[in-house]
Amino acid sequence: MQITVDMKRCQDHGQCAIAAPDVFRINDEGRLEYEPTADESLRDEVEEAADVCPVQAIALLDG
Amino acid sequence: MSEPGAHGAGVVVVGGSLAGLRAAEQLRAAGHDGPLRVVGEEPHLPYNRPPLSKEVLGDPGDSDLERLHGLVAFRRRASVADVDFVLGARVEGSDLEARKLRLADGTHLGYDGLVVATGLRPRRLDLPGPSLGRYVIRTLDDVITLRLRLAGATDPRVVVVGGGFIGTETACTLLKLGCDVTVVEPFGAPMERVLGADLALAVQRHLTAQGVRFLTGVGVSGFTGEAHVAGVTLSDGRELPADLVVEAVGSVCNTEWLEGNPGLDLTDGVLCDDRLRVVGASRTVAVGDIARFPNVLVDDVPRRVEHWSIPTDTAKRAAPTLVALLRGEEPDTTPFVPVPSFWSDQLDLRFQSFGSPGLADEVELAEGDLDRLADGVLALYHRTVAGERRHVGTVAVNLPPKRQRELRAAFLQPDLSKGTR
Repeated sequence: MQITVDMKRCQDHGQCAIAAPDVFRINDEGRLEYEPTADESLRDEVEEAADVCPVQAIALLDG
Repeated sequence: MSEPGAHGAGVVVVGGSLAGLRAAEQLRAAGHDGPLRVVGEEPHLPYNRPPLSKEVLGDPGDSDLERLHGLVAFRRRASVADVDFVLGARVEGSDLEARKLRLADGTHLGYDGLVVATGLRPRRLDLPGPSLGRYVIRTLDDVITLRLRLAGATDPRVVVVGGGFIGTETACTLLKLGCDVTVVEPFGAPMERVLGADLALAVQRHLTAQGVRFLTGVGVSGFTGEAHVAGVTLSDGRELPADLVVEAVGSVCNTEWLEGNPGLDLTDGVLCDDRLRVVGASRTVAVGDIARFPNVLVDDVPRRVEHWSIPTDTAKRAAPTLVALLRGEEPDTTPFVPVPSFWSDQLDLRFQSFGSPGLADEVELAEGDLDRLADGVLALYHRTVAGERRHVGTVAVNLPPKRQRELRAAFLQPDLSKGTR
């Protein structure tokens, strides 16, 4: 599963890091870091992360 | 269109915003693979409303509808590719016994299962004076109308009536756009019902220092001007000049289409049980801020929750409930304990809330200094329920996003919650 975050849109709210901590995290500078690919077993939590993003910046490329 | 109540008519979701979209997605995820139709009154595919008063109002580009819709449109999962989005269609009436809906164009629509997701609309002020020049912010079209009005004005004087979150956010965005902004709030300090008096007053001081004017404890009694608004008359007799007015005075539930069905409780939204079943109707659930349901996170009183997270949370529970009802099975009885959350951006302040701070009877300043909000403040909200002091809400102002996980975790009850993480 491929994940993209529109970094022009991202405002580092950090809701994705709550929903899918294996894929998204907020670093010490308060900025988002994420894994661009994730195992299919994480689909539910990545879908949840995309759902709860306040600015809807997260896209799943194949699903 | 299908015969009323005919088997195979599938599920109809009434309401085409976030709640309607999430309901459709979650119905597919819960195993409903039959026909699925989302009927929405707006002509646009579902889009995200919170940016309307912030990014969309403040966007420096043109006011092209497609461009602005593109900024806020929700992605649609592959699972809803075959969902029939019926847009620009208003459901005007219903016969839940016969499983039949009546649309504004006179046609009827039958269903096997129904999702109520019609949400809210802005309350309008019913006061003497001209109506031209008075705006609300709920839909994309509302904001485009306001943008076009602002584009033709130089440093306009704006009066925002209502100092809740939408009113205050709008005031901040308008200030950044160069408007002269006054917020009139009859109750108290901005957002006081949710934030409590001390934090709300601190926010008022903070925003005032940057140029937003607040008049609190005074209401609006009318508007001056001939065809177009030229000013606002306050309840104490003062007059404020205004080139335009934004009304942000709360909302009204879109339940008129359900009236006349015996057994429903429509006194404030739609009364549901803790599985989001609409009380008094069969094979019917409600999703989003129209659903009034109990949440044991606080107590057993059913309430509507107008927080952004609620459409998604309620859809995740209502969809499997409806699928079970359609199969003639008993819905899952695990308690539904969502943790409401919302955020708000106001100039250099970012608010993040978890739980229901608006239900508190006591506010505790846990971190920070109310005179230095931008440096970070944490407020904890408590409510005494049956003699027990409960932590029911948290508001963080400008705290690092890394802290959110821990702030939200305070509300998780692993023994109770399901699907609410």
